[in-house]
Amino acid sequence: MSATAMEIAGLTKAFGTNRVLRGIDLELARGEVSVLMGANGAGKSTLVKVICGVHQADGGTMRLGGRPFAPRTPIEAIRAGVVTVHQNINDGVIPDLDVASNLLLDRLTEPGSGFFLRERELRRQAREIAASMGLEVDVGRPVRELQLADRQLVAIARAMAHRPELLILDEPTSSLSAAEAERLFALLDRLRDQGVAILYISHRTSDIRRLADRIYAMRDGAIVGRFSEKPLDYEAAVTAMLGQGLDEIALDHNMPGPPVLEFRDVVLEPGARPINLTVHRDEVLTVTGLVGAGKTMIAEILFGQRAPLSGEILLEGRPYRPRSAREAIDAGVFLCPKDRGSTGIFRDHSLARNTTMPFLERFSHLGFVNTRSEARATRRMIDELGVVCQSEQDDIGTLSGGNQQKIMVARWLGQPSRVLILDEPFQGVDIKARRDIGAKIRETTKGRATIVMASEMDEVLEIADRIVVLSDKHVVGDHRNNKDLGLREVLAQVAGQEKALTGQGEETGHAP
Amino acid sequence: MKMDRKIAMQNNDTGEKAALPAARKTFVDYAIRYGFLTLLAGLLIFFSVATEGFFSPFSAVFIFQSVAITGILALGVTFTLVVDGFDLSIGSTATSALMLSAYMMVVLEQGAVVAVIACLVLGALIGLVNGLLIVKTRVPDLLATLGMMFLLIGLQRIPTEGRSISTGMVLPNGEKANGVFDPAFLWLGRNKLDFIIPNLIPVSVVIFVIVAVLVWVFLEKTRYGRVMYAIGSNQRAAALAGANVNRYKIVAYMFSGVLASVGGILLAARLGRGDIASGNNLLLDSVAAALIGFAVLGAAKPNAFGTAIGALFVGVLLQGLTMMNAPYYTQDFVKGAVLVVALVFTFVLTGRRAGSNH
Repeated sequence: MSATAMEIAGLTKAFGTNRVLRGIDLELARGEVSVLMGANGAGKSTLVKVICGVHQADGGTMRLGGRPFAPRTPIEAIRAGVVTVHQNINDGVIPDLDVASNLLLDRLTEPGSGFFLRERELRRQAREIAASMGLEVDVGRPVRELQLADRQLVAIARAMAHRPELLILDEPTSSLSAAEAERLFALLDRLRDQGVAILYISHRTSDIRRLADRIYAMRDGAIVGRFSEKPLDYEAAVTAMLGQGLDEIALDHNMPGPPVLEFRDVVLEPGARPINLTVHRDEVLTVTGLVGAGKTMIAEILFGQRAPLSGEILLEGRPYRPRSAREAIDAGVFLCPKDRGSTGIFRDHSLARNTTMPFLERFSHLGFVNTRSEARATRRMIDELGVVCQSEQDDIGTLSGGNQQKIMVARWLGQPSRVLILDEPFQGVDIKARRDIGAKIRETTKGRATIVMASEMDEVLEIADRIVVLSDKHVVGDHRNNKDLGLREVLAQVAGQEKALTGQGEETGHAP
Repeated sequence: MKMDRKIAMQNNDTGEKAALPAARKTFVDYAIRYGFLTLLAGLLIFFSVATEGFFSPFSAVFIFQSVAITGILALGVTFTLVVDGFDLSIGSTATSALMLSAYMMVVLEQGAVVAVIACLVLGALIGLVNGLLIVKTRVPDLLATLGMMFLLIGLQRIPTEGRSISTGMVLPNGEKANGVFDPAFLWLGRNKLDFIIPNLIPVSVVIFVIVAVLVWVFLEKTRYGRVMYAIGSNQRAAALAGANVNRYKIVAYMFSGVLASVGGILLAARLGRGDIASGNNLLLDSVAAALIGFAVLGAAKPNAFGTAIGALFVGVLLQGLTMMNAPYYTQDFVKGAVLVVALVFTFVLTGRRAGSNH
C-alpha cells in the first residue's frame, strides 16, 4: 500500500468558455489532513465535484491507490472509496429518519439488500458504527432532534461505513460552534490515525491550525501554493490564495469629501466588537475579509435587510434605520447584491426590464411605463459599460456572466445615489468585464460614497481608495490604498492574525 | 484523388451541420410563436368547411358566450400565475358569489346593485385571506387555496342547509323566501346588445372582452404589472429592487378573487337561481385556459392575451365538435388533450429555443 491515496495530475475542466480548472496537480497522502484553501470562484467546489463524480474532467488523470480513477457518477466514486461530506449538513442526513436508518442508508439503497427491514439487526449494526466513531447518541432518535454537530458526525459516520480511502469535507465547521467543531476534530484525528486520507476545505484559521498536515492554496483554477513544512506558513498560504499586486494599476486617487455614512458602535453579532467607521463622499471604500467576516452583513444592514444588534448608523448626520429595500432606495442607499443569479437577475426578462426595475416609477407616467425613455436609458448604460448584446430588448439569459453582471451594476449606476454598495461585484466575471465595471465605478464616484465588498486582494487593490479589513465581524484594519500600503500587514489582518499581535488569544467564534 | 474526395465530403458534412441548426431554429421559432394561432385558424377553417352553420356570427357569439365566464376566471388565475402562485379556489369563489347573489336577492330581498357589490366584496375578501395565508403564514399557495376551496364549498351550503335558492323556497326557519331576482341583475346574464345585427352580443361577452383588455393593459403596460412579472421571475431580486413583494402577492390573489366573483355573478344572472350544483367545471376549465395561454405567441409565461385565446380555443373546439355530433362525454377528454399539447408546446419547444441560444 503506497503512502499516497490519491494522485491528481493535470486535471482540467471547463464550462463553455469558462476554464474553471486549469491543470490541477495534487497528492493526498494516507493518514494526513490536506487542507485546500481558495477564495470564492477559485474552483474548489468544481475540483471536489470532479473527484466525487458529479462532474467529469476534460483532461488530466486521477489515480486512487495507484489505480486509474475516473468516476462517472457519485455512486461510482463512493464504491471506489472516495466519500464526500458536503457543506450543507442537511444534504448529508435525512432529518426525519432515525440515526440508525441514516447510518445505514447507503446499505439500504444497495441492490440486493432485501425487501423487508430487519429493525433489530439494523439498530445493532448502527450502534456498532456509532461506537466505533465515538458517537454517543441514541440510534433510535430522529436526526432532526440532534444538535448540528451530532448531525454532522452522523453524516461523516455514515460516510465511513463505506471504509473510504479518501474522505472529503467541504467547509464542515461553517455552521458549528467552537465546542462542536472540537468534537468533529477529535473524530478526524481518529480517522487520520486509521490511515484515511482527508481533504479538508476551509479558510477558517482555527480549523487549519488545529488540523492541517499540509496546505494547498488554490487560485484561478490552479494550485498556487503547497505548504507542508512545519510549522505551516498559514499567512503565506493566504497570500497565495488571495493573489496580490498582479500588475500595478495607477489609481487616480479621489480626495475624500465630507462624511456621508457613520457607524457608531455597531455590533453585528453577540460577542463581536463594535464597529466604528466613517465613509466619505467621493471615495471608494473597499471592505475585505474572508468568507464569514461580516462583509455581507454590513451590506444587508445598510440596505434594510437586517438590523444591527446594537449601535447607530448616521446618513448625512441623521439616524438611518431602513426596514426594507424600498426605504433604503428612497433614502438614496443602493445595493448591488452578491450572487446575481438568485438576488438580481430576472430571467426571461429583457435587459431594459432588468435595468430599470428599482426605478420604474421614474420611467412611468400615471402608472404606465414609458418604454421609449426606458429603452433610451438602458441603451445609454449599455454603451457606457460596453455590454455585448444586440439590443436592449435581448433576454438577459442570452448574455455571458460578465455582461449580466454589467447589467446588474448598470441598474444601480443609472440613477444618482448617496451611498452605493456593491457586494462582490466581480464575482464570476472575466478580467475584461472586471476592468470595465471597476473603471465605471471609479469614474462615477463623485457625489456619492461608494462601498465595495471584495475578498480577492487584486480586486481590492484595483478599485479601492481606502481598504477596511474585517475579521470575525469587526474592523481589524483601515488603510489608504497608496504607495505606503503595507500589503503584508493587510494580508495578516485578513488571515485573522491581528489578534495574535494584540494578544487577544486564540480565535474562538464561529459563524452561525 | 480519393483523398481529395474524402476531404470534400468532410467539408460538405460540416457545412451541412453548421447550416442545419440555423434553419431549424427559425422554423422552431415560428412554430413556437405562431403555432397555436395557426392551429386555431386551422380549426376554424376545418369546422367551417365540415359543418353547416359553424361559420356565422351567431355561432361565433355562441362560442364567445360559452367561454365568457371561464375566460374571466382564467384571467383572474393569470394574476396569481404571474406572481408565481396559483389559485385553486377560483371555482368555489365563483359558486359562492353565485349563491350569495341569489341569497341577497331571494332571501334578503335586496336589489341588483347591493347583490353585485356584496359578491365583489366577498371575492376581494377571499382573495385577501388567500393572500394573507400564503404571505404571512407561509402556507404553500396550492395548499392554502385548496383549503379555501373546500371551505367555500361547504360555506356556501350552510345558509340554505344545502339546497338551491329560488323564489318560493322554504327557508330553514320555516318561512318562505319571497324575493325575486332583480331584472337588472338578470340583464347581466341574459340580455344581448345590438351590434350590426339586432340582439347579437350578450352582455357577458362584452364584460369578458372589457376585462381581458383591462387585464392585458395592466399586466403589459403598467409598472405594477411589470413588477408582478418580476416577482414571478425572481422574488428575492424583486424585493432587493425595492418591490413590496407581499403586498403585490396579496393584490394578485384579490384580483383573482374579484374576477372569480364576477364570473359567479354572470353565472347567477344567466341561471336565474342559486343552483348549488352549477359551476363544477369552472376551476378546471379556467385553469386550462390560463395554462394553454402560455403557448400562445411563444410567451412561455402567463399572459392575458394568451389566456383569452386559450379560452376561445377550447370554446371553438367544443362548439365545432358538438356541431359535428360528437357526444358530450368526449368534451373533457378533448380539453385535457388540448391542455397537454399546449403544455408540450410551451415547455419542450421554448426549452429547446432557450438551449439553442447558448
